[in-house]
Amino acid sequence: MGWLFILSLIVALALVYKPLGDYMHRVYAGTKHNGVERVTYRLLGVRPDTEQRWGAYARSLLAFSIISIFFVYALQRVQDELWLSLGFAPVPDHIAWNTAVSFVTNTNWQAYSGENTMGHLTQMAALAVQNFVSAAVGMAVAIALVRGFARRGSDTIGNFWVDLVRGTLRILLPIAFVGALVLVAGGVVQNFVGPHEITTLTGNVQNVTGGPVASQEVIKELGTNGGGFYNTNSAHPYENPTAWTNWFEIFLILLIPVTLTRTFGRMVGQLRQGYAILAVMGVIAVASIVLTNVFELAGNATVPQAVGAAMEGKDVRFGVANSATFAAATTLTSTGAVNSFHDSYTPFGGMMTLFNMMLGEVAPGGVGAGLYGMLVLAVITVFVAGLMVGRTPEYLGKKIGAREIKLASLYFLVTPVLVLIGTAVAMGNEAGLAAMLNSGPHGFSEILYAFTSASNNNGSAFGGVTVNTPWYDVALGMCMVLGRFLPIIFVLALAGSLAKQTPVPESAGTLPTHRPQFVGLVVGVTIVLVALTFLPALALGPIAEGLF
Amino acid sequence: MNRLPSWIRQHLAALRAVAVLTVILGVVYPLVTTGVAQALFNEKTDLIGQSFTDAEGNPVGKYFQSRPSAAGYDMLATAASNLGPEDVVDAPGKPSLLTQVCARSVAVGRLEGVSGARPYCIPEGVGAVLKVFPDRAVSVNQACPAQPFVSAYEGVKVECAKPGEDYAAGRTVPIRGNATAVVPPDAVTASGSGLDPHISVAYAELQAPRVAKERGLPVERVNALIEQYTTGRSLGFMGEPAVNVLALNTALDKG
Repeated sequence: MGWLFILSLIVALALVYKPLGDYMHRVYAGTKHNGVERVTYRLLGVRPDTEQRWGAYARSLLAFSIISIFFVYALQRVQDELWLSLGFAPVPDHIAWNTAVSFVTNTNWQAYSGENTMGHLTQMAALAVQNFVSAAVGMAVAIALVRGFARRGSDTIGNFWVDLVRGTLRILLPIAFVGALVLVAGGVVQNFVGPHEITTLTGNVQNVTGGPVASQEVIKELGTNGGGFYNTNSAHPYENPTAWTNWFEIFLILLIPVTLTRTFGRMVGQLRQGYAILAVMGVIAVASIVLTNVFELAGNATVPQAVGAAMEGKDVRFGVANSATFAAATTLTSTGAVNSFHDSYTPFGGMMTLFNMMLGEVAPGGVGAGLYGMLVLAVITVFVAGLMVGRTPEYLGKKIGAREIKLASLYFLVTPVLVLIGTAVAMGNEAGLAAMLNSGPHGFSEILYAFTSASNNNGSAFGGVTVNTPWYDVALGMCMVLGRFLPIIFVLALAGSLAKQTPVPESAGTLPTHRPQFVGLVVGVTIVLVALTFLPALALGPIAEGLF
Repeated sequence: MNRLPSWIRQHLAALRAVAVLTVILGVVYPLVTTGVAQALFNEKTDLIGQSFTDAEGNPVGKYFQSRPSAAGYDMLATAASNLGPEDVVDAPGKPSLLTQVCARSVAVGRLEGVSGARPYCIPEGVGAVLKVFPDRAVSVNQACPAQPFVSAYEGVKVECAKPGEDYAAGRTVPIRGNATAVVPPDAVTASGSGLDPHISVAYAELQAPRVAKERGLPVERVNALIEQYTTGRSLGFMGEPAVNVLALNTALDKG
């Protein structure tokens, strides 16, 4: 049954691949503005028909993100003075900073417990808004990079404000609205009820609380964000009440990252290039999902063997297999929502979730971030292939010269540096070590997971780790900021330098980048790069635990 | 406006963008969604699990029992245990996940009148785990003066654990034993949500004779109700069959 679940997701994605991918192409390539957009641009004071060079594009993006961080921070700090605070105190400064950064960077790492920290207005107007716009920012960067490949001799790569507004209003908002209603039909709550007590059948008192959950839940998955309305995220019956809402949430997670490859193919004028990138993502994703299922169903570890199934931290309505599929999907993208608790996974099942993030979340990756991450890997692949045959590498007709490969390499290096140095620093000081819940290799895995998740903007956790301390809030906050914006700057710079070039004509020596050979090469380069970087760290954590 | 330096104009645009998008996405969108959702759909009432225990926390016999919860079914503090799959050695005041599983198994077995034995567990309801040293072995989860569950391991004598002594240097060896579990997996593990509204069909069937006896009902009647409140897999292949405990108990109370 678990296999049918995976297969049905693939079929559903295949059905929407063409229409949604083509629609997104029309959104970003179109030259007309609708009425709402024209009003929006006037309110913003920007000229939508003026294109930006990569530097201006990046500065607009950073300005928007910085103001967003201030806004989300401020709203949390004064939530007690505003409406719908539910009587909650202002969020403590270090948690507010961490949360602001976390939502603006599309990480949605949660150092707080939603149901007893965030008022309804904070959830709606601060956190859920960032769920939309951080996703739209990721898509904008991906589209800008694709324009870099598609354009010839151009100084500009688009207009950030137009890409932001169109991605939000024409793609994310309509899908979110429909999706929210689907979730409500499944039982997800959508109200403004605050904490109150009810009497249970045996006469005890139980705390319950509602909220505008569905409207936030849908964009949490669709925007590959992952910050739950409640602490237990998509395991919570109010966020994910049934087996089919679980299927639908996984579908939403994969929807945009997968279909953007079609948009890419359209924009560069060669659909087969999009299929090749999709094939790379598909090979890695299917292998990872299947392996996670196999490891969890086998349940090879002492406690799952004693129990008879890896059911600790999993809910009955999902069961082991569908939980494992969710776990793989959430870490293959930059989502980080969880419907079961990775900390209690079998050693190798848990390792798969870590490994997925270490891949750089490219298969299919976060909205936008997955596509630009994968295109950078494709650039590195043609470079490696070019070295082997001694020719100047090119991709989609653009020469990959010294500047381009430097930017691609810098892009790739950011996260390993943050993850490995961050983990090493944490393991080397008291404040870092104090966070472990479990001991031995599993405790190390908790720390490694935290830095991997923050630096890759995932947001899931080996949840036993205690991270709402000033040290972790600041350290992981830094990882999130650098792990998000440094790569974005490198990608935009790459887009700028590619856009300037005039394409070179294909020759007999050009490596075709739409054949299975190239797909295999990219998969190989991805796995080898990641394995070389992270295998020692994995050996100390999950591998040591699983093979003892 | 145009005389301002460009970086200030940039940030002004950003500020306005945050304001405008917050109004659209943070106020209008959730309010419209709420309005439409409440006009179209009724809220379901049996989504959240609860515990069916008395004031002291003991199971009430006439009710089907929910799964263990790391949150105590408190919706303002939802949580999972987050304990790892190899968490097998107890610490003072902090039983390992393995021991929690073993203890729950024994307790459920006693309540339902069946065997609570499981692999890697000893009958007292703690994890069967040795710390092995070159010259001796220690049953770490059995504090002295308990009788170790085995007397010898690979030729060395097994001792009980002396409280306060540090056995971290020993090799951890969980002992499987030859027990087979009767109590189902979901009965001995804490859920992810801490609010799991469901139990497995196997766990419901295990509890049926006890509930029937307490209520003076024929067990067939109780089993029929279990079947009525079992949700199958969605579309026949999503998730697992599950019994909604609150709905089942409410139906039993109504008679």
